[in-house]
Amino acid sequence: MNFITHSLLMAERLLRNLSRQPWWIVISLVQPIIWLLLYGQLFKRVVELPGFNSSSYISFVTPGVVIMSALFAGGWNGMGMIMELNQGVMDRLLVSPMNRAAIITGRIISMAVVSGVQSLILIGLGFLTGARFAGGIPGIIVLLVCGMLLAAPFAALSNALALVIRKQESVIGASNFILMPLTFLSPVFMASAVMPDWIRSVSRYNPVNWSVEAARAALNGNTDWSFVLVRIGCLLVFSVFCAALATRAFRSYQHSA
Amino acid sequence: MSNVTQSKVAIEAHELVKTYGGKVRALDGLSFSVEAGSIFALLGPNGAGKSTTIKILNTLSRPDSGFATVAGFDVLREPEAVRRAIGCVAQKSGVDNEATGRENLTLQGKIYGLRGQELKTRVDDLLTRFRLAEAANSVARTYSGGMQRKLDIAMGLVHRPQVLFLDEPTTGLDPEARASLWEDIAKLSREDGITVLLTTHYLEEADQLAQRLAIVDHGRLIVEGGPEQLKGELFGDAIHIEFAHAETESKVREAFGGLDGISEIRVEGHSLHARASQGATAVPGMLVALESAGLKVASVTVARPSLDDVYLRYTGRTFSEAEMGDQKGQKGTR
Repeated sequence: MNFITHSLLMAERLLRNLSRQPWWIVISLVQPIIWLLLYGQLFKRVVELPGFNSSSYISFVTPGVVIMSALFAGGWNGMGMIMELNQGVMDRLLVSPMNRAAIITGRIISMAVVSGVQSLILIGLGFLTGARFAGGIPGIIVLLVCGMLLAAPFAALSNALALVIRKQESVIGASNFILMPLTFLSPVFMASAVMPDWIRSVSRYNPVNWSVEAARAALNGNTDWSFVLVRIGCLLVFSVFCAALATRAFRSYQHSA
Repeated sequence: MSNVTQSKVAIEAHELVKTYGGKVRALDGLSFSVEAGSIFALLGPNGAGKSTTIKILNTLSRPDSGFATVAGFDVLREPEAVRRAIGCVAQKSGVDNEATGRENLTLQGKIYGLRGQELKTRVDDLLTRFRLAEAANSVARTYSGGMQRKLDIAMGLVHRPQVLFLDEPTTGLDPEARASLWEDIAKLSREDGITVLLTTHYLEEADQLAQRLAIVDHGRLIVEGGPEQLKGELFGDAIHIEFAHAETESKVREAFGGLDGISEIRVEGHSLHARASQGATAVPGMLVALESAGLKVASVTVARPSLDDVYLRYTGRTFSEAEMGDQKGQKGTR
């Protein structure tokens, strides 16, 4: 019971602090907006490739950019943890009866809410530039869920790294070396059908791939729901696993503190 | 918290050892105990192991060996119970800078299960008590150092802990804020019956606040006792002579050869520390002796024993020397 109450206390605190600087939400959107608008234009004609199986690149890439933006929001989440470690806020929580798993979960919840808002802004922009989704509202809800369920495990891993290494550089390094390759080893910008074979094989084990494919399947209409649910299930299991790992990272922090 | 029995001893640390990275020995068998309801100070230079001790007692860290109990609970086996019984104010502020004073306190209370009117009353009381009521709805980022430290302490008290840890509570505060905080801390033990363990590297602070204190150096307890008791153990007055030039101990000892009743002579560069049963009567003779030996005296002070003298006597170096030595140590020359 404490776990739920404490998770919500943590999430509420972080969201309230963020609401005092709402411009931050927009600033962290600059990059995905550039991806959306630039790639949307630049690769307009890749849909003509045989096997691409989509008629509008902006409709194709909008969910991709939403997922990518969620992935990055998650991956950078450890920076906040490091700030709170440096400020002493984390130590104060750790000497209180605060549930450890709730500290991680609260961070994930608040990050997922922010990422959901950002996703809606990106979807709106995509719509303005011509993206259309046959899957309608249910499709968009699945897209939001897929984004959050991808952001969650990477936020957990990022927090774990922050707790173990406690240097901003580690989170920055890991984000650059892991998130970018994961994005390009997935169908965020390019349909699987036209990928080189080795990338397609690798991407099968890439959570980014599960997330994008499930979202696109739901957005395209005529949805094969078992295809979607299996991938959402995988993301859920992966999230729980990573959150448990991050909670264990408090032990490593305790040993070196 | 009503089922927690008040024991006579609020904190007990036994043979605590902690090393970092297998090399740096932060604690080297530290033991002490703190009586319930008293203020106990751990006094020592930076790097002596004070903060490490606090971190082990408040469950933030674990010792390599040894054990400790706080409010009757084992810090290793019953960390949850310890956390409910303690309040902590760390060196680094634990205040959330983006939240207001009231929000910080309210969240802290909720973590300990306080709710509704009870929580609101408690928060209001603490805001008033620490003179933060006016700034209650401003974000903590806008607070002065002294206000932030007070908010920190108020947060440590929300759940009425039995034991409060204060790690260098007045470091970085101006003298006025420091005096005001001392008053608040003294009240905690006097009026609320809270056991306070504070660390400090201000001798004056330990002298003012603590009923008992332990001098810690290199992770070991050097001496423990009440401030007056420790000062009383020192023989006579402290005499401090400044030379115009740096002098050696052997020259000074030679000069004092014929004088009686002067002990614990120590020379560091320009300074000479010594003791005499009657400082005021010993000084003229000392000055004559030094002058005839050709040592130029710049100034003389005679003082009743201070904690600095206690420190000097038990560690063989003055407090400021110890602080400097530790800075050198950090550069790897020790």
